[in-house]
Parts: sequence; structure tokens; C-alpha cells
Amino acid sequence: MKRLFACLFFGFVAASVAAQEAPDALVKRVTDEVLEIVRKDKDIQNGNARKAIELVDAKVLPHFNFQHMTALALGKEWRKATPQQQERLTQEFKTLLVRTYSNSLTAYRNEAIKYKPFTLPAGATDVLVRTEIHQPGNKPVQLDYNLEKGEAGWKVYDVVVAGISLVTNYREQFAQEVRNGGLDGLIASLASKNKSLESGTAKAEKK
Amino acid sequence: MANDNKNRDPRRSRRLALGACALAALVSGCASTANNPKDPYEGFNRAMFSVNEGIDTVLAKPLAKGYDAAVPLPVKAGVGNFFGNVGDLWIGINNGLQGKPADGASDLARLLINSTIGIFGLFDVASEMGFEKHDEDFGQTLARWGVGDGGYLFWPIIGSRTLRDTGGFAVDAYADPVRWGIDNIPVRNSTYLVRFVDVRASLLPADKVVEEAALDKYSYIRDAYLQRRRSQIYDGNPPRQLED
Repeated sequence: MKRLFACLFFGFVAASVAAQEAPDALVKRVTDEVLEIVRKDKDIQNGNARKAIELVDAKVLPHFNFQHMTALALGKEWRKATPQQQERLTQEFKTLLVRTYSNSLTAYRNEAIKYKPFTLPAGATDVLVRTEIHQPGNKPVQLDYNLEKGEAGWKVYDVVVAGISLVTNYREQFAQEVRNGGLDGLIASLASKNKSLESGTAKAEKK
Repeated sequence: MANDNKNRDPRRSRRLALGACALAALVSGCASTANNPKDPYEGFNRAMFSVNEGIDTVLAKPLAKGYDAAVPLPVKAGVGNFFGNVGDLWIGINNGLQGKPADGASDLARLLINSTIGIFGLFDVASEMGFEKHDEDFGQTLARWGVGDGGYLFWPIIGSRTLRDTGGFAVDAYADPVRWGIDNIPVRNSTYLVRFVDVRASLLPADKVVEEAALDKYSYIRDAYLQRRRSQIYDGNPPRQLED
């Protein structure tokens, strides 16, 4: 009984520590953990998409709010979607984003990440954490994260690379699909996009 | 006038609508995409986009891939640094024109340091000394002066530019040290080609990302360009846009 209480207590402490982790500390910790693994993993460096996706699934996904991302990419259409449509859209968009994000991990070649100074304003629930990727001989590339505070701690809802928001860059394409085939048309094209990418990965694995 | 609608021959009005549509397709693009205020010349742009995809597939991309595979990394870095150094003069002038004399002075310091200690710009010593490389061009200067972007355009070879940035690009090309600094025409043209291939090669890793991420490659590239330009104009700190 005592052990059980001790476990519960520690579990509770651990959970609240995680919830209190400041957004900049969270970004740094996750980035360091992920890049440490990529540095040691020859398969990922050689472009093994499956392994990169597994890594992102395990380490990065828990800190992303994909529902918010999907809502942001859809704009006002999001509110017109039924809960089922919203769920399907979130699922498909998540699959697509994870693949893109994993892909960029396989291109990582020991570039240094610098974290810009960050102070958390009191009571803030929506912040921007800024980092820079330094490559010798090139202008540093900005990599910024938008985070919001929820019940489960800080979560990323947009990633901005060199000033390009990965989420809002889908706005027009989503609007275009919705105009042509409605929300279900958008779901269908996202699903078929994911399917063809998946079969491409499977083909590469067979080689 | 009030009877006009009732008396109108439906076939004639349909023909009129079709004609208007064809006309509009010439200037904007009438087909599947409703008019996007950011892309008023979409029909023209999409046509140019496919022309460019063709050129890229048969010419630019194979050249860039060959260059990337054949040239050892230190040489590629040297080539990139060399053109980066040549560009710093015009970057510095643009920083001056945008009312940022400190940045402009830093760019000229970069030029001096890299042209001497950096051996004709082959090594970017200045960055290691803390003189950050900037990213300016005349299109950004025009934007800072309050010139609107004039709508998005896509050109073969040079790709995405807004109307303003097309004008900016023409001025950049005129001010280009390669143009006025090299008298020998074959040498000058080879230099242009090497620079073009070097730039295209540096974009090769992005190709796969765009292919995989985009639902519509044309729109993806257009919107990424417009976002990127906005960030460049505000030197990486654009004011946040309101969500709708």
C-alpha cells in the first residue's frame, strides 16, 4: 500500500513537472533528444523514411496539437465540418505533416541549432519560440515554433521555416479543394496523397 | 431596361459568358480556381509554371544534380561563398537605401574581409567573425519604400516574383557585379551559368519536400514564396497577420 502511494505520488510529481516545463525548455529538450538519435542512426541519415517517421511519432507527436493545426489550415471551413469530418481531416493532415517533417530529419547533417533568448511573459498562453539552424557558408535558417498552453502543458500548433508557416501554407490549397469537392473532397485528396506517399515508401523499402 | 433580362436569348447570354470566361482565362484563370486576390494572373502563371517544369526536368535539374554529384563539397562551398561575397556589395547598398546604415556598413565590412582574408571570397571568414550575412535585394527596398507587390507572377527560369519584385529583379540584374565587372562575354556567361547551377543545386533538397507535401505544387510554391518574401521584407520579424 505504501509502495502504491509512493508510485502514485511520484507519478503525480512527474506529470506536473512535465506540465510546467516552459515552452522554450520543451522545444530545446525535444530537439536535442531527436537530433541526438538522428546523429547516431545511419539508417535515418541514409533516408530511411519509416524509421524517421517512427522517431517523430514517439518523440515529437505528443507535443503537437494537430487539431489546432488542421483548424488553422482550414480557416472558417473548419467550423462547418462535422465532428467526424474534423477527425478525418485531422488524421489525414497529421499523417501528411509527419511525413514531411520526418523527411527533413533525414536531411539533417550535424548543423548547429541556436536558441534565441526567450522570456515567458507572465500569464501568456500563446508564444513563439525562435531557433536558428546554422550551416557553415550559408545564411542561418530561422525555425520558429508557435506554442499554446493547454491542460496537458505547452503544445506546438505551427512550425515556421524561414518565414514560411507549414500550416498556413496549406490554406489556399485546402480552400481550393473545398471549392471543388467540398470537405469530403478535401478528405479524399489528402487520403489519396497519403496513400501514394506510403506506397512510395513501401517500394523504396523493397529495393 | 427592366425587360432586358426577360427578353435575353439564353443561348446568346451563355455564349457571352463563355466569351467573357475565355477572356478572363487569358488574364487571370477562370477554370477550377476562383479568383484569388493574391494571384490575379493565375492562368498565365500556371502556363508559365508548366513551361518551367519542363525546362527544369530536362535541363536545370539534371545540370544541378550532375554538379552536386561531381563537385566535392569544399569546392561547392567555395563557389557558394564566392557568389555570396560578390552579392554583399549590392546587399549593403540596399541596406543603405532602406535606412539601415549599420547593416549596410556590416555588409561592406564582410565584402572587405572576405575578399582579402577570405581569399577572393572563397571562404566566409566574416561570418565566423560575427558579421552576419544579410539577405536584401531591390524588390525588398521597393517594398520598404511603400511600393505594393502588384500581384504574383511566375516566370520561366527565374520562377516566382511579384510584379514589384520582377522590377526589383531587373534592377538587381543591372547592378550585378558579374554584369559590369567581367568584360569577356564568354567568361561572363559561364559565370552566370555556374551561379544558376549552384543556386539550383542548393534547392535540390527542397524538391522532395515540396513534391511530398504539396496537394497542388503550383499553389504550394506560390504561397511559400509570398510568405517567404513577407518575412524577408521585415528582416525575419513580420507583424503577425490576423486570422480570419
